[in-house]
Amino acid sequence: MIAALTQLLIFQLAGEVIARSFELPIPGPVIGMLLLFVTLVVRGGPGHDLLHTSQNLLQHLSLLFVPAGTGIMLHMHRIVDEWPALLASLLVSTTAALIVTGLVMKLCSRPNRGEMP
Amino acid sequence: MTPRINEIWVYLAASPLLGLTITLLAYQGAFVIYRRSGNHPLANPVLIAVAALVTLLTLTGTSYQTYFSGAQFVHFLLGPATVALAIPLYQQAKRVKAMLLPVVVGLFAGSLTAILSAVAVARLLGASLPTQLSLAPKSVTTPIAMGIAERIGGIPSLTAVLVIFTGILGAVGARYVFDAMKLRDPAIRGFAIGIAAHGIGTARAFQVNEQSGAFAALAMGLNGALTALLLPLIAPWLAVA
Repeated sequence: MIAALTQLLIFQLAGEVIARSFELPIPGPVIGMLLLFVTLVVRGGPGHDLLHTSQNLLQHLSLLFVPAGTGIMLHMHRIVDEWPALLASLLVSTTAALIVTGLVMKLCSRPNRGEMP
Repeated sequence: MTPRINEIWVYLAASPLLGLTITLLAYQGAFVIYRRSGNHPLANPVLIAVAALVTLLTLTGTSYQTYFSGAQFVHFLLGPATVALAIPLYQQAKRVKAMLLPVVVGLFAGSLTAILSAVAVARLLGASLPTQLSLAPKSVTTPIAMGIAERIGGIPSLTAVLVIFTGILGAVGARYVFDAMKLRDPAIRGFAIGIAAHGIGTARAFQVNEQSGAFAALAMGLNGALTALLLPLIAPWLAVA
């Protein structure tokens, strides 16, 4: 587990260094993810330790969002003032993004060739 | 007796131990409720944990800064977890390759829809400009969205909250939207939820179906990168238009 966590941190660090040195708008962890992906392709897959640790980490991915979500405390004032606009914006745009993405992909992946069974 | 308890409280309130412990406790409690409900989307564990923590902190008069001094250790793991998303991605690489066209088209269409519709609705209902700009990156994962908000003139900490609630809405509502659309392909369902609802949607997708989870992770990574590139370019136009 320690070895796998170290690997993940090294990739994040490398991503961070690349993002800062080339002043890329893409955040370090995302570049780290791409670097690890390329490494996995070259090496032919993750080792047992890395696989296991990542599965554990990702299984409880939602835990990691709790501290930032609790930050709602800091913005109660603005949220009370602007809640109808905020709520409507989140509802409409989240639903719209789900529908548009799903619909467009469905159309692209199954061109008009009649119904599948 | 009472002064002693007071002393202990003063010590605990100032140490990171308490913030970290209550975060883990709140999440585990929320997760038990989620499991008991049969993974019902409405019993979203992030939503329950955040509600419990806000109530607790408000009742005890604890500031968010004090809480976060402990909770930051959990928050920090978002970075390595983002890197770890490369693994499910690698495992689904074959399927992704076969679906390259829908993936690329879905990415652009979904990403732009999320940004533009969020800003348009907020503007229509009279939200202030900083609020509108804080909403623009709300479909991408927290660390990316906060970075974008800072660049384009939004409020990063407000964006973080909006991101979380977008994720919760997406995780809660996606099933109903997809079922109404008769969309069954787990890859497409996963990809759409990853575009609209980033990591929280991805977490939900992993709990339902491994393939959906991998496609959600892919979508979240791609949308994070695309939004980070696009939004600083279109933000000046959003601010005046």
